Amino acid sequence: MAISLLSRALFTSATLTVGALALTACTDNSAPAAEGKNSPTAITVSSTADACNLSTTSAPSGNLTFSVKNDGSDVTEFYLLAEDGLRIVSEIENIGPGISRDLVLTAKPGNYFTSCKPGMVGDGLRAKFTVTDSGANVEPTGEKADQIASAVTNYVAYVKDQSESLLTKTEQFTTAYVAGDDDQARSLYASTRVHWERIEPVAESFGDLDPEMDLREADLEEGQTWTGWHLLEKDLWAPTKEANGGAEYTPLTQDERKQYADKLLSDTQKLYDRTHSTDFAESVDASFIGNGAKGLLDEVATGKVTGEEEIWSHTDLWDFQANVDGARVAYEGLRDVVLASDSALAAELDKQFDAITTQLDQYRDGEGFVEYQTLTEAQVKELAAGVDALSEPLSKLTAAVVL
Amino acid sequence: MSGSSPTDRLIPDDTPAPSAAHADAEPGSDGAAHQVRVGRRGFLTGAGVALGAALAGAAGYGVARATDGSHSSTPASRSHAFEGPHQAGISTSVQEHLHFVALDVTTTDRDELISLLTQWTAAARSMMAGGSAGQYGPMDGPYDAPPQDTGEAYDLDAANLTITFGFGPTLFETADGTDRFGLSAQRPEALKDLPHFPGDTLLPERTGGDIAIQACADDPQVAVHAIRNLVRIAFGKATVRWSQLGYGKTSMTTRDAKTPRNLFGFKDGTANILADDAAALNEHVWVSGTDTGANDGWLAGGSYLIARRIRMTIETWDRSAMREQENVIGRTKQTGAPLSGGDEFTEPDFTLAGREGKPLIDVYSHVAMAHPSNNAGARLLRRGYNYTDGSDDLGRLDAGLFFIAYVRDPWRQYVPMQNAMAKNDLLSEYIRHTGSGIWAVPAGITSWTDGAFIGQELFRA
Repeated sequence: MAISLLSRALFTSATLTVGALALTACTDNSAPAAEGKNSPTAITVSSTADACNLSTTSAPSGNLTFSVKNDGSDVTEFYLLAEDGLRIVSEIENIGPGISRDLVLTAKPGNYFTSCKPGMVGDGLRAKFTVTDSGANVEPTGEKADQIASAVTNYVAYVKDQSESLLTKTEQFTTAYVAGDDDQARSLYASTRVHWERIEPVAESFGDLDPEMDLREADLEEGQTWTGWHLLEKDLWAPTKEANGGAEYTPLTQDERKQYADKLLSDTQKLYDRTHSTDFAESVDASFIGNGAKGLLDEVATGKVTGEEEIWSHTDLWDFQANVDGARVAYEGLRDVVLASDSALAAELDKQFDAITTQLDQYRDGEGFVEYQTLTEAQVKELAAGVDALSEPLSKLTAAVVL
Repeated sequence: MSGSSPTDRLIPDDTPAPSAAHADAEPGSDGAAHQVRVGRRGFLTGAGVALGAALAGAAGYGVARATDGSHSSTPASRSHAFEGPHQAGISTSVQEHLHFVALDVTTTDRDELISLLTQWTAAARSMMAGGSAGQYGPMDGPYDAPPQDTGEAYDLDAANLTITFGFGPTLFETADGTDRFGLSAQRPEALKDLPHFPGDTLLPERTGGDIAIQACADDPQVAVHAIRNLVRIAFGKATVRWSQLGYGKTSMTTRDAKTPRNLFGFKDGTANILADDAAALNEHVWVSGTDTGANDGWLAGGSYLIARRIRMTIETWDRSAMREQENVIGRTKQTGAPLSGGDEFTEPDFTLAGREGKPLIDVYSHVAMAHPSNNAGARLLRRGYNYTDGSDDLGRLDAGLFFIAYVRDPWRQYVPMQNAMAKNDLLSEYIRHTGSGIWAVPAGITSWTDGAFIGQELFRA
């Protein structure tokens, strides 16, 4: 019952009362749930081939929602520009004909320009827009652009550093594996993959490398050749017949070992080269970092906390920690920006990152972690709850840092 | 979940009878079938079968109870005809609720299997007309015997119930190659286990089955009643392998229906094959008996049923930005319009580009991956339902889509599409296939004669 009510009501503020909830559940779910004192001011925008019509040309400072409808026949964009007509305060792009999209932002008092750009060319159809002082406390955002630029620089450096460590250690790992020193290879497996797991969303952003390097056996299409880390994992931790779907496991031959180890190493080299290119550095922005942090925790939630990532080596907790490390670095870089735009979110993220770290510390063993299958059901559930507690605020990071 | 008050059904005597006739466009029933539509009577009485003298009294009692007006005299207007060239429940206007069961046949006696199918068929025909699952009504029969019909649908009408039967590969030949019923020579070439698709995490206890029965109705209690009673009839001859409840249909086969939403919150099934599109049904759904492979002559007028239990990783989806959600699906969440513009029913334009020349609809979005233009023109008749089986050990919602599709050739229409989607569809990140099955769904029974049963062409082939 509660689920169906929640799913139908559209929450825009934390000021809802139970009465308001009950009412909205029965009304059209396109209507906002309640007009609380913190509700955003709604402004409609109609963008056509030759006009950009706004329902109002001024609004009180605070939360504003521009509901932009493309009433023309070309793809359009909508901008809120600063008084100088150059600096983009916020924007919304790629609105197809007939489509509506909301631009939600927090605006300080001042003079602005609005602009629709049908066909995505030219200066757009501009008009003056005034934000009056409502008395609402809007945090200053002066250094935001600088802070983001520095976060991007630091994050790119981190990715380069991790891919370099990954390359170095993968060389050691594959050397041991090809030489038949399985004990050494097994001991290097998890500590090498840590560098991969810390920057996994980056590797995934190169669509061709991830399937070559990190596919699990279950991810294969029938007849597809399996390559990458988990093939070698299975060979190093050879499964029993029962664990192998009833079929006796056939170890890779020496030639196969060399072939797949070489391929893993050359793919790792490709990853290194790409993360060190200027193209990569230019593609990183605040939303890339923010979404990457969230993506890392999604990886934990769907793969590591359930023990599905490392089904032969059971080193899932190493990956878990590495994903959290990567997410934390991404967040720390953006922390100043978050502090300015949403200090409560920053406090919650600080708290939850600490909490998950403390939780994971319980399972440390030597330089790494205990094997996943030694965890009890209750421990797995506790870890999953910790991941949820961190993931929820982390999913709000991007919206808090994007201009 | 639905708009109607649950209290309607607790006080049947005060509830006005539904007035709108929903009789659909399927071939009309004959006189005998019409008679059993009144109340939940035993089906032998209504069908006017000549009974032995010893039974005549009991039969008369059943009629008297059913027509006394105090319980279930509501005319069964919300019902679908059992008879027709195709089984009901495929192109039939999609009902709100599902109970789907997969059974393994335990008897190894061909005659006993035929007898089971015959009993099932008669019970299904009666229940679809709002009648009893047994020869006696739910409240009738010998006082010292358990009632033949379990009774929980006694005060309910047929609620548009349809019951659809399908035969799995293992009915023809078990995994170890045993031909229990002398059917292996009749197994259509296309009726074999689906391949492993990338990312499949199928649970054996939710996969396969010798026989599938799909019960759909606008009242969940009617659908569950149907499966419960059919399973009961099968005790000793077949056991339940798994079953699945579904609610909130996620597709439609009639044009006037409002496109429903799946548990991702998006409209689902917008581009489905509709019941009145005979050409598309013939091209994509009904087996013609000559064109898809060996041994399917007996399946003419039937179809192949593919079911997939697709679990959604609800929690990670709910944390994804609206931008990500719409990009993954390729449609707007609110109206269902493709991101290239227009409204829900506007054809997507996969070439229309936005900033930096990138197409507005991501090439790996769900709408792009599933579109016929990217699948050699292949289309499916979808008939899926949302499901929620409580929560798992980690406290996460065990919920998703129970996908059901009917196709003429699974290996041309479904397998290539699913392979491509499992590998590349952006949606794959948020779903996991945990159950699967394929069944050959025989044609319908065009005109009723006693002893007729679904699949009789197979056993006479």
